[in-house]
Amino acid sequence: MLEDHARLMAFFEQAQEVVGRKRLQKMVYILKKCGFDFSERYSFHFYGPYSEELSTRIEELCNLGFLDEAKEKEKGYYQYRYHLTDRGAGFLSESGVTTSNMGSVIQKMDEQSSKFLELVSTMLYFDNFSKEEIEDKVRTVKSQQNYTEADFEEAWRFIHDMKH
Amino acid sequence: MAYRDEKLHEEKVFKDPVHRYIHVRDRVIWDLIGTPEFQRLRRIKQLGTTYLTFHGAEHSRFNHSLGVYEIVRRIIENFRDQPFWDDDERLLCLCAALLHDLGHGPFSHSFEKVFDLDHEDFTRAIILGDTKVNEILRRVDENFPQDVADVIHKTYSNKLVVSLISSQIDADRMDYLQRDAYFTGVSYGHFDMERILRVMRPMEDQMVIKESGMHAVEDYIMSRYQMYWQVYFHPVTRSAEVILSKILHRAKELYIANEYEFKLKPTHFESFFLKEVSLEDYLKLDENVVIYYFHIWKEEEDAILSDLCRRFVDRDLFKYVEFDPGNQYKELIDLKECFNEAGVDPTYYLEVDSSSDLPYDFYRPGEEEERLPIHLQLPTGELKELSRQSDIVESISGKKRTDHKLYFAKDLIEQLPEESDIKKRIYEILKG
Repeated sequence: MLEDHARLMAFFEQAQEVVGRKRLQKMVYILKKCGFDFSERYSFHFYGPYSEELSTRIEELCNLGFLDEAKEKEKGYYQYRYHLTDRGAGFLSESGVTTSNMGSVIQKMDEQSSKFLELVSTMLYFDNFSKEEIEDKVRTVKSQQNYTEADFEEAWRFIHDMKH
Repeated sequence: MAYRDEKLHEEKVFKDPVHRYIHVRDRVIWDLIGTPEFQRLRRIKQLGTTYLTFHGAEHSRFNHSLGVYEIVRRIIENFRDQPFWDDDERLLCLCAALLHDLGHGPFSHSFEKVFDLDHEDFTRAIILGDTKVNEILRRVDENFPQDVADVIHKTYSNKLVVSLISSQIDADRMDYLQRDAYFTGVSYGHFDMERILRVMRPMEDQMVIKESGMHAVEDYIMSRYQMYWQVYFHPVTRSAEVILSKILHRAKELYIANEYEFKLKPTHFESFFLKEVSLEDYLKLDENVVIYYFHIWKEEEDAILSDLCRRFVDRDLFKYVEFDPGNQYKELIDLKECFNEAGVDPTYYLEVDSSSDLPYDFYRPGEEEERLPIHLQLPTGELKELSRQSDIVESISGKKRTDHKLYFAKDLIEQLPEESDIKKRIYEILKG
């Protein structure tokens, strides 16, 4: 019961802090693609893989007092900062849900920009295609981002490191 | 004449309670409707277990798919000769609209959760796989099945085309809101679709709404909000979904343990239990088949499986109480222990269900989100996000009510001896 909520809380506990809703979406998606157990389903939206279920569950965790969401004004737009509350930590420790150690993958993602994570998650979304097809697909669906060859190379290296 | 341009000698029409008539003139559309994969949608209810709450809600994905096709057909008629619209995309839009829900399985939502499946993957598999649907689409063009799949998958290069079927004011939502309102018999869910269609304008990457149509869109957003809470998230429907999930889990557990002899072997479920579902297996399983199993399993010797099936078939559902996990999670742990002590397996007779367990969504204005908001086109040509212009939409957008309920088999608790301490304790916890 509430295992899906607990798994997300474990992510926040290990990440300590996540800044940005889009970044949060991409981080959970990348973890999911690395084999970590998250039940939230993703589909492709205008800017990449997006999960409405994740967005609702985050709102629930905030309403329950398990997660703190701070809205901050940043260069003319709002961004959201999340961290697990003491009450959330209490729930997590009593939930009995066993969670994997995501620390090293989270740390690698923390070192990257949101734009880069957006590229990686979009590439992973098409991972049933060949390498060339994936790059073509990404260029088609994210034509405005103008990703360079170097961006793709770095993203492939990142994906390789994450999965090995 | 090329197959893609072929027209029927006479227009075919389907009588429809929501749109009055659904008009088919293209040979390709008519042929797709006749395929076994599309006809299968007659045996998948649009609203899953909702018919156990609203008895009229027996309509199918077949009805809805035709409805979405019809709305897209009307939008395209209005778009003809307008800037940004390419009429070469017409047939692609119609096919994608018709086929967008093709991969839905029986009781889609519960099934997908229990077996970790995604109907979008099966929609894609049916369109691209060895099926009649694929055969017809390939007659149009070798790449046509892939294009249709890409539109449904939202990865097609022309985002205007994608937005007809999947955006925050798309043909899919406009059909299901009206259709679900009609068949459930509720009075919310109605809005002036004709007006919305008249004020829709094609733009480079999206459809926008002329500012003068704002009030019709407000009505649409409000009806979406109302339907979510009054129909889609009805606690009785959720109770039926909880039982349905428990049946599937129990049958899977018995099958995997390999120590139980089913009177009726779960042949149609085997590949689902083993996570080896082929397209062929998937297409064989519809709601008629599932309900047949549940009927027969009422006679199984496994007490839990037979009881859960009886509950579902005879609509003897779990009762529910409001539950706040934020303040009551310790009580939940106690409750589980009490159920165990009373000999009532909490794995199958106790469940917390949350609003995030359902896939329906609210209007979101964008911000840092991934979702493209609804844009109004001002007389100057400038685009403004809907909630910035409409106070009504502003008041409900981006704000989600969340809700949790605790479902349990009250009758099993009532059967415990009157004087038993465990019964008293369970009631004390449930009363909060």
